[in-house]
Amino acid sequence: MEQKILQHLSDYLVKEDNQDIFTCTVESKNIIHVMSTLKYNKDLLFKQLTDICAVDYMQYGQAEWTTTDATSTGYSRGVKSQSHGRIKFSNDIEDERMTNRFCIVYHLLSISNNFRIRIKTHIKSDIPSIPSITSIWDAADWYEREAYDLFGISFDGHPDLRRILTDYGFIGHPFRKDFPLIGNTQVRYDPESKKIIYEPVDIEPRVLVPKVIREK
Amino acid sequence: MKEYQNFTMNFGPQHPAAHGVLRLILQMEGEVIKNADPHIGLLHRATEKLAESKPYNQTIGYMDRLDYVSMMCNEHAYVLAIEKALEIDIPLRAKYIRVLFDEITRILNHLLWLGAHALDIGAMSVFLYAFREREDLMDCYEAVSGTRMHATYYRPGGVIRDLPSQMPKYEKSSLKDNNEIKNSNYNREGSLLDFIDSFIERFPECVDEYENLLTDNRIWKQRTVGIGVVEPDRAVELGFTGPMLRGSGVNWDLRKMNPYEVYDDLKFDIPIGTKGDCYDRYLVRIEEMRQSIKLIKQCVNWLRENSGPVMIDDAKYAPPDREKMKSEMESLIHHFKIFSEGYCIPKSEVYASVEAPKGEFGVFLISDGANKPYRLKIRAPGFPHLASLNEMSKGHMLSDVVAIIGTQDIVFGEIDR
Repeated sequence: MEQKILQHLSDYLVKEDNQDIFTCTVESKNIIHVMSTLKYNKDLLFKQLTDICAVDYMQYGQAEWTTTDATSTGYSRGVKSQSHGRIKFSNDIEDERMTNRFCIVYHLLSISNNFRIRIKTHIKSDIPSIPSITSIWDAADWYEREAYDLFGISFDGHPDLRRILTDYGFIGHPFRKDFPLIGNTQVRYDPESKKIIYEPVDIEPRVLVPKVIREK
Repeated sequence: MKEYQNFTMNFGPQHPAAHGVLRLILQMEGEVIKNADPHIGLLHRATEKLAESKPYNQTIGYMDRLDYVSMMCNEHAYVLAIEKALEIDIPLRAKYIRVLFDEITRILNHLLWLGAHALDIGAMSVFLYAFREREDLMDCYEAVSGTRMHATYYRPGGVIRDLPSQMPKYEKSSLKDNNEIKNSNYNREGSLLDFIDSFIERFPECVDEYENLLTDNRIWKQRTVGIGVVEPDRAVELGFTGPMLRGSGVNWDLRKMNPYEVYDDLKFDIPIGTKGDCYDRYLVRIEEMRQSIKLIKQCVNWLRENSGPVMIDDAKYAPPDREKMKSEMESLIHHFKIFSEGYCIPKSEVYASVEAPKGEFGVFLISDGANKPYRLKIRAPGFPHLASLNEMSKGHMLSDVVAIIGTQDIVFGEIDR
């Protein structure tokens, strides 16, 4: 099956090794062609789109707590959050991590061949956008809306790109790594004005268990 | 006279047939649906983001709260993903226990679905019967985990403890006299396995009872036959899984096609529908309950005859024995490490899925080598099902929308995550 896929799409796919299921990366400009071949080619028939997952690689591999010096200096108790602190949306952080920040991962299933494939696309632009695959699978509609809502990735050609999971009138894209875990606003009933009001969050973000990276 | 054409109607989020917090914006032409736009997210808790801020084991409890009527199946997908990433294999007894509880969960889910679906379209009594049987299954949950619903029983490396040798009993209270207590304890004298045995003995008759009430019922058929028909090709394309896909006649079940745990050693059949309407999906789920009984029976027999560990013997992932922890320094250190920092998973990307009662429940896990997931994506079966509500209900009457929501087995815990 892997051979067949590579045979039909060798110009577009780059195979990734050491993965649990067959995984390939595709450039985002080729995504429509690759996806429609995977779905409609008689040898492949990936008729089902299992899932679309957006990933924000902004803080990949960054630990919050390193312990190399611990024997001489002791552990520091207060851990400064790397990931879910109170940072505002920052378009001014300019490094490679930020321009190559988002990735879309598609999981496809071929029922007739009982075979799964994972397609990854890195988005290489400041304003994250990628062609929509709703024309190929109708199931992509809500998955893409979700990725747009939570990550702010726009899908070109999507017929109805609205927010889906967050509240009406929500500001920001909450699953981005620079969006604080506790959010930006809190809601309460104000007895004076007799309505629900939104105000800035007044609790401090804190790290319960620091993120640690250890080699085996 | 003024002519009224299409009008817009709001359905939910507080509506008894909305199964939680579904809000539908319906474009109506008289009684006929022209367009249905589900507004979801009212139960959005950002489980995936919460998971990113916690060590792996602390997220198992959140999994229970996704699809909150099939709790252990959600845990199963999550721990499978972790085990896949860590490349560890679990003891055989743990596998059988997992299959046993997956199937108990399937019955638990289908009973709630059956009761709620029937109640939505007018048959009150099924709901009461279904909940009577659910209570016994909840007791099985309670016996192994201490809690009726949110068990956190599956752990990476196995299950947290072995099945109890004594089924908990009702105790004397001011509400029950001795005679009543004796009656309620009649099948609780032995172990949990004895209790499950007595349940599967009487449960097939209960299923017959539901079928007597519904299968040939004229009203039930009028409300479900020919409603929400989905062609097989269309069902695949819309991302349907589980009974929704099999109801349309596609023979696809992960327990058969990608067997996990010990499903390939067990005997069971996959029911599939022919027409793809609400009635077929009802029949499929009823038959699935009967097949689950078969599976449970096989698991119970195996578990009676074979003993062994239920958790891997690896101090990095499994908490140490309580007694050892109090006498050995090594164990104390491991205990402290597991419950404070947790364990790190090497850099990897894995996708693991199980055949949950509602369909394919998948977990996509990206690890950057840390003690917390870098990204956790939950593939909830209900999400693509609800996405197709518009297509399924177009051209039907308003009251059929309720039947279609019911047949999709919608639970907002997993759709909104």
